[in-house]
Amino acid sequence: MNAVEKTLTIRSSPHIRSPIGVEAIMRNVVYALLPAAVFSVYVFGLAALVLLTTAVLTCVATEHLLCRATGRASTVNDWSVAITGLIYGMTLPPGLPLWMVILGGMVAVALGKFLFGGLGGNLFNPALVGRAFLQAAFPSAMTSWVPVLSADRFQILPRSTLAYPFAEPVYDTMTGATPLAAFKFERQTTETVDLFLGLTGGSTGETASLLLLAGGFYLIARKMANWRIPAGIFAAVAALSGITHGLEPETYAAPPFMLFSGGLMLGALFMATDMVASPLTGAGCFIYGLLIGAVAMTIRLWGAMPEGVMYAILFGNAVSPLIDRAIQPITYGTGKRGREP
Amino acid sequence: MLWRRHKTFPRGIHPPECKDETRGSPIRQFPFAPVMVIPMQQHIGKPAIPVVAEGQEVARGQLLARADGFISVPVHAPASGVVKRIALVPNIDGHMVPGMYLQCFPGATQEVIEGTPCRVETTTPEQIIDAVQQAGIVGLGGAAFPAHAKLRIPEGKTVDTLLINGVECEPYLTTDHRVMLEQTDDIFLGIRYLLKATGAERAIIAVEANKQDAAEKLRRQAPNNLPVMVEVLAVKYPQGAEKMVIQALLNREVPSGHHPYEVHVIGVNVATAAEIGRLLPHGRGIQERVITITGPGVKKKGNYRIPIGTPLRFALEWVGVGDDLAEVFLGGPMMGQAVPSLDIPITKGINGFVAFTEAQIYRAEKVLPCIHCGYCVAACPVRLNPARLGLLAKRERYEEMARSFDLMDCFECGACSYVCPSRIPLVQHFRVAKQRIKKRRAA
Repeated sequence: MNAVEKTLTIRSSPHIRSPIGVEAIMRNVVYALLPAAVFSVYVFGLAALVLLTTAVLTCVATEHLLCRATGRASTVNDWSVAITGLIYGMTLPPGLPLWMVILGGMVAVALGKFLFGGLGGNLFNPALVGRAFLQAAFPSAMTSWVPVLSADRFQILPRSTLAYPFAEPVYDTMTGATPLAAFKFERQTTETVDLFLGLTGGSTGETASLLLLAGGFYLIARKMANWRIPAGIFAAVAALSGITHGLEPETYAAPPFMLFSGGLMLGALFMATDMVASPLTGAGCFIYGLLIGAVAMTIRLWGAMPEGVMYAILFGNAVSPLIDRAIQPITYGTGKRGREP
Repeated sequence: MLWRRHKTFPRGIHPPECKDETRGSPIRQFPFAPVMVIPMQQHIGKPAIPVVAEGQEVARGQLLARADGFISVPVHAPASGVVKRIALVPNIDGHMVPGMYLQCFPGATQEVIEGTPCRVETTTPEQIIDAVQQAGIVGLGGAAFPAHAKLRIPEGKTVDTLLINGVECEPYLTTDHRVMLEQTDDIFLGIRYLLKATGAERAIIAVEANKQDAAEKLRRQAPNNLPVMVEVLAVKYPQGAEKMVIQALLNREVPSGHHPYEVHVIGVNVATAAEIGRLLPHGRGIQERVITITGPGVKKKGNYRIPIGTPLRFALEWVGVGDDLAEVFLGGPMMGQAVPSLDIPITKGINGFVAFTEAQIYRAEKVLPCIHCGYCVAACPVRLNPARLGLLAKRERYEEMARSFDLMDCFECGACSYVCPSRIPLVQHFRVAKQRIKKRRAA
């Protein structure tokens, strides 16, 4: 028998690790978003394709250049900025001038993420920071919509897409409104089936409820999104719209309409569930979800704008650290929660 | 039944089980090494005091060292041979500790010296506890706490349930599984001793659902006149931790910093119970134990009854390892300790070792910032907030970790480190923090 003469590795336990790393989580979020993104290209044509590509490239390039400029190793390989770019693009109206897309993307990454210390440091969802900036700066461009399934959508781009900076964009193919605006301002309802399938006007990637739900379920099944967050949001939305619709059916829409219209699905399943900006504990996540749902409904029902999901999530992001402070797990055998001194 | 939910505790993780390669391998006797390395302290407590001299011939099972006080157990000869040297021997921490080298006679006899039998029918609880100590039995699940010291219920406390822990939730290990299958009657006899010693009314044997065959065999062979139940629990890590089994089975929480007596439970590992049933009727001392030797780096994987004191190097040579051997750790991969040297011996508390080749070794990837995924919070069995603790550890705010976030309740199961997608070495941070705090408090 030969003596075992080897230099052995000495490492501290555990000696095995879960195969799920940050990169895998982020990559799977991109996979989950892709069906809805691809469908948006089918519905809105070249406009959506160009917009999404520009958004992703801008965000990735911004992160890469900022890392280089500050002498850090580039962090584009962890896929997190690719998600930011994709989600950011999906929240924008198709046909939005590309220079605005680029500007907002730079703001999203530089202000929403990099300034807070990069991955894991951001208080707010970077994609929404970018979108909120655009909403404030260019309100009319951000509420101009291109028609659904127009015949020439694969041949030509809307003129607004290629508008020059500082020029007043031309909206030659504007539609009436999104389903939420149509209901809010004209009491016009949309077929729930169309809402569900995504055959309505709206932001690039927010319309296809069915595909967004499928992607969301995929993430939840893989434990890459906490189910309590969308559950809380849907519960709050369903409850509030159920009550108001029950009391005044003429003024307020029914729960299915509220659930499947606007940015609720995209927001609830992919943005509110952003791990970095949401609470840590299960109970905390549920409270966070309820809060976002309630704020979104408050804005939708009584605010000046038809849609409120973006602000509701940003509000939830802001409250999330407070929820984490208050809702600590109760340590086994102590009967008390951990407490900040 | 299509869907059956087994009892379990909240949270925890599901690492790959990796038990298939050895779960079906019957316990085989391991040969005697030419020289045994026998530390005087194979238990938590004071080291035993040698009662033999250098050069003295001893027989297998003979007393080598006597217990020094209540939290101490004696040491018995694992083989017949000559005490070559009483000197310092290497132990698992990489330190040298008092011990002796025993040169075995070639072809050492399998006969074991017997002492005074302890019959369960005719003894008092006190006598049983004494016999358990004389047999040198410690917690064989890995804790190595002297078993008799645990059995003596403190004044004013009562125990209603004797918990026999056969959960074995660490990946790779299958010793308890085999012991339950092969030493079923020893276990029941052990339970008789334990029930009498502790005054508990009933015993519950806890088994994870990945050992259904063991659970069935135990149920089938349970004597009618013994108040014993077999409970099958869901497969989850770290269900084998005493606090977790108690919570899963009885839904009782052991108060922080206290013993299971507080909730009227006493927990004993199933291998410990089997050994009590095996040794006490003959008045023998413990001179061997069952261990799993496995892992991709090992050729003859299996479960072995190995003489205590067998050097790891001898064990590895005998089971055969390839040139690609890269890491050996004692215990399972979640809590097992990497060995500093192959000269250390198998001691009473070691339930197995796993050999990894280069391919299995977890090489630290780049540690990323915490992304607040909450995986660690969802994994921690004692419901701490590892994410928060990790942040505080980075800033070396150790006192705050203990005072505000119950750091000292962490039993270092490693579930948080296992799940962390940012690869933050959480449990390693907590070990350092706990040591610092203990040092500071002692000073």
